[in-house]
Amino acid sequence: MKNKKEKQKNTFQKILEVIKTMASKPSGLIGLTILIFHVILAITSPLYVPYDYKAIDPSLMLNPPSSEFWFGTDSLGRDVFTRTILGGRTALTVTFFGSLIALLWGGSLGIFCGLVGGKIDDVVMRIIDAFLSIPWILAMLLIVSLLGTTTLVLIPALGFFYGKGIVRVARAATHDVIAKDFIVSARARGHSNISIIWNEILPNVRDAIMVEGAMRWSWMLLGFSSLSFLGFGVSPPTPDWGLMISNARGLMSFAYWAVLAPIVGLSSLIIGINLTADAFAKALGIDRSTKAPV
Amino acid sequence: MFFLVIKRILLGLITLFIVSLITFVGVEVLPGDACTTYLERQAFGAALEACYERLGLNLPAYERYISWAIGVLQGDFGYSLSGEMKINDVLGPKVKNSMVLASASILIGIPVALLLGIITALWRDKLPDIIISTVTIFSMTIPEFISATLLILIVAIWLEWLPGIVIVPSEASISELLPNIILPVIAISMIMTAHMARMVRSSVIQVMASDYVQMAILKGVPYWKMVFKHVLPNALLPAINVVALTIAWLLGGVVVTEVVFNYPGLGRLVIESISNRDLPVVQALAIILASIYVSINLIADLMTLMLNPRLKSLQIKK
Repeated sequence: MKNKKEKQKNTFQKILEVIKTMASKPSGLIGLTILIFHVILAITSPLYVPYDYKAIDPSLMLNPPSSEFWFGTDSLGRDVFTRTILGGRTALTVTFFGSLIALLWGGSLGIFCGLVGGKIDDVVMRIIDAFLSIPWILAMLLIVSLLGTTTLVLIPALGFFYGKGIVRVARAATHDVIAKDFIVSARARGHSNISIIWNEILPNVRDAIMVEGAMRWSWMLLGFSSLSFLGFGVSPPTPDWGLMISNARGLMSFAYWAVLAPIVGLSSLIIGINLTADAFAKALGIDRSTKAPV
Repeated sequence: MFFLVIKRILLGLITLFIVSLITFVGVEVLPGDACTTYLERQAFGAALEACYERLGLNLPAYERYISWAIGVLQGDFGYSLSGEMKINDVLGPKVKNSMVLASASILIGIPVALLLGIITALWRDKLPDIIISTVTIFSMTIPEFISATLLILIVAIWLEWLPGIVIVPSEASISELLPNIILPVIAISMIMTAHMARMVRSSVIQVMASDYVQMAILKGVPYWKMVFKHVLPNALLPAINVVALTIAWLLGGVVVTEVVFNYPGLGRLVIESISNRDLPVVQALAIILASIYVSINLIADLMTLMLNPRLKSLQIKK
């Protein structure tokens, strides 16, 4: 019991240390700050938004920013400020759970393939390669247009699609440790495969997989907002940045505020996640910069 | 060496085969088919039967797959649903337009990326690096539709320098496309350049830190001679593969950019055919885009093989 508590304390200290290293560089500190700001905003924003996000008022169409409407109003007379600070909620929820799913299935399939090797590994990797060569946007559009655009479809679909890259990383990381002495000696001690995966392989590949997952998160957010922008994401009254940009785009020659506010929201979140993921990778000592964004 | 090349090509073909199976099965298992979509509310009784008969959908799935695959191998993708046009006629001009857009972006993007990557690596952590790196990080993280929208807002609407939206038919000649194409090319090559410049940068930095470069410095080789003779050849080789992957990955970004600029290319066709549930066109597009991806990767692999004498006798490490 005491042993377990100590172990927990150790993990906690390790996490604290990683966060400290991340925040020690300006880019990491900026990234973390932006990300935390967005998360807090997403959780608390319904408590203090000034207006109703779906209240349509034709008499207030396309008002420029004023003291009453900080970011102006859009083509249906809705308050842009309200919709902008609410706009990150869906995106953050969908992509966060999507990345978790991607991590889980990509990581476990990758470790499995790396461990088993042989014919099964060959076949699985061929299929993964084939999936990688279908442009993500085509595949996502196909899934979403035929199964619908509810969050219950979007989360597993994004999770599945962004997990295939993690399979490769997890497999490569497993390959790196599998020939090491401690695995051989664990086998000699008679440990089962599951025990080897849990106690020997997982602690050694966890960092690489988590870093990959963090990067996937920002790409998934990019993918999700592109889908919304194309009209295949969340459905209309929901405030969402991608959707707001695509709606306000046609009128931006005289109402630039309706398009700029969601652009600032979405760009800052993506940059925040990216900087955080980069700092995370550096804090764990993993260099991602030579890898292609597959 | 010869064996290795054959093996790479075969692997590519197998990948394409699996892609064709995935898209076929995907379209097959999803609810609704070409006829129910086409006929909508009249999809019952004799009309449905006649449609099945006409499109050959009453045959078992594997027979349809085989006849479709044979057609594709002969360059015939069958008929689209909307307007019952031959898919080849629909695709032809759009493929050309997208090719113009993509090759212009690549031709501009690669040299700029090489230049920026090398500059940032040689002046690492100095002012040029800090400025260029910050700009590249911004342009590669921001989604295509945002940078494209901002470009339209600033260049086309506020400055009124260039047309913001492409209003030409898909059969337009290249000279007609020219003024319209500038902004889309800038939008695409901006992101591509940023990605590639980052990779060239880290590749050059790695080589600069290697033993033989340190040796060359100690030997007193002049700085620029060392850069051009020792560093760049070794640094750019591994970058080829990564650049190919980046270009292939950006196929998705091209789709979004084409929609933003209303550009009559493959990307807009993807969106249109999916909104209309024109499944034969979707299948054709999936195969075409996947073949582009596979062949870009193949070319990159072969180029690395040709240029790297060490790999000629070895297996390619995956």
